[in-house]
Amino acid sequence: MADNGHAATDGAPRRDFLMLVTGAFTAVGVGAIAWPFIASLQPAKDTLALASTDVDLAPITEGQAVTVMWRGRPVFVRNRTAKEIEEARAVPTNSLPDPATDQSRVQKDQWLVLVGICTHLGCVPTGQRATDARGEYGGWFCPCHGSHYDTSGRIRKGPAPRNLDVPEYAFTSDTKIRIG
Amino acid sequence: MSIGLHNSEFKNPVVRWVDQRLPVFTMMQKEYGTFPTPRNFNYFWNFGALAMVTLMIMIATGIFLSMHYAAHTGLAFDSVERIMRDVNFGWLIRYIHMNGASMFFIVVYIHIFRGMYYGSYKAPRELLWMLGVVIFLLMMATAFMGYVLPWGQMSFWGATVITNLFSAFPVVGSHIVELLWGGMSVDNPTLNRFFSLHYLLPFVIFGVVFLHVAALHITGSNNPLGIEPKGPQDTLPFHPYYTAKDSVGLVVYFIVFAVLVFFAPNYLGHPDNYIPANPLVTPPHIVPEWYFLPYYAILRAVPDKLGGVLLMFGSILIWFVLPWLDRSPVRSMRFRPLARVFFLLWTACFLVLLWVGAKPAEGTYVLIARIATAYYFAYFLVVLPLLARLERPLPLPESISRPVLGGGPLPMGAAAKPMEKA
Repeated sequence: MADNGHAATDGAPRRDFLMLVTGAFTAVGVGAIAWPFIASLQPAKDTLALASTDVDLAPITEGQAVTVMWRGRPVFVRNRTAKEIEEARAVPTNSLPDPATDQSRVQKDQWLVLVGICTHLGCVPTGQRATDARGEYGGWFCPCHGSHYDTSGRIRKGPAPRNLDVPEYAFTSDTKIRIG
Repeated sequence: MSIGLHNSEFKNPVVRWVDQRLPVFTMMQKEYGTFPTPRNFNYFWNFGALAMVTLMIMIATGIFLSMHYAAHTGLAFDSVERIMRDVNFGWLIRYIHMNGASMFFIVVYIHIFRGMYYGSYKAPRELLWMLGVVIFLLMMATAFMGYVLPWGQMSFWGATVITNLFSAFPVVGSHIVELLWGGMSVDNPTLNRFFSLHYLLPFVIFGVVFLHVAALHITGSNNPLGIEPKGPQDTLPFHPYYTAKDSVGLVVYFIVFAVLVFFAPNYLGHPDNYIPANPLVTPPHIVPEWYFLPYYAILRAVPDKLGGVLLMFGSILIWFVLPWLDRSPVRSMRFRPLARVFFLLWTACFLVLLWVGAKPAEGTYVLIARIATAYYFAYFLVVLPLLARLERPLPLPESISRPVLGGGPLPMGAAAKPMEKA
């Protein structure tokens, strides 16, 4: 481009160069302006600050379950009975639609922590209260499209493709967990 | 070409296919590509384009702000603070919107000054000018209601004072005010409707801007000499000549805008608006935003409630009839030695009113405001009608191209050729 920079002869290459430079600057400028606008749609800092939830397990008796809110979604915390644990572990893993051992889904045998959202289309399954329908496997039952989950929250029957998700959580003491 | 299709001159098959069915490309080419534009524009002619760009900035930032804003008296202030602290780049978007309002008024004031100085309101551009005044009134309403939304002390008391202006009208006054408020005072219903209208009016402005530009493209632009182009030697195609010139102005404008946003974002605001609205306590010194100060000064200069309100509204409404108050056939003040002096004095008066509007309404400030108000109206109602009869304008140049190119008019081909892309 520089070899023919004198306008007296022919301005075309120089004009092409100017067009390219202008175009490049415009593209970078538009990108730099679009960035903060798109970023503003991402979760805000106060939204992210609510990303973890503490749960006190002490008041939850054996066989009881509680639902807590975590990141705007329900999380099921269930204090399982010995029978429920046994049922969950008796089933052969390779017969399951989404094979996983019960041990891989809990940190302490009696405490099962799950994201309470059906992996099919996002409904909340029933089974938290003793009077709820719990499906054929004694865990949870999704009333929307009939998915049955067992006492480890694994999908056993119905359209859901995956087991109920286990959120990231940690025991902060013997009777307390922090989800997220 | 089949029957029923537009005769498109575009070669690109996709563009051509669309253009034959909906000739938007032909339209853009005609209105912004080859559009014949006087060749002697100075940088004052950038400000229409700058105003258009600012309107789009305001709409874009406003849409993003509204995604985080809560129009409720209990939530509004906190939601704005959340935008400033927690929303990603919320501070930037809000500061652009906030200072964008000021920049919009700066740009539009210069645009109006340009129109007055160069006589752009005169025949055949009267309707173009009047549409501009409509845009300005809509802008004022939009800016006022936008300032109420953060629900700070100035928001609340500004809304109270401005809506109470309407109580000055006899008989119907108090009913109008109640209608505006949707209650017995400025409260949640007021905030809700102001938010709704603040979102609506910019799109109304956009529509009137479209008419403003459409009318401009019928009459063509005025120019610093105020004489009509007499042929192709007096004009240039809008692109690339004025797209380039507008771009230069735009870059400078963005620099000024950015300095305000990044280094002095609250310089033009009022600190009291960072105090949540309190209907029980009025701040000791309440002033409107700077762009309303001249009218506020006029309001306070009149010792009568109704009279002050009427003069305040009249100070802008009088612009509507400016084309008929100034009957001089010469447009540009360059060739009107007397009108030029009186007009610059009027401009000074406007700035004095802007300054005095921010001062307490007492002592000499009131006197200054009264003198400036008197001249503000005298210029329109006395000076301009008289000058049209008494003033002897300077001789007008024969054509636009002559003072630019020197000597006689050049053959039209020779003037344009060297600039074309080879």
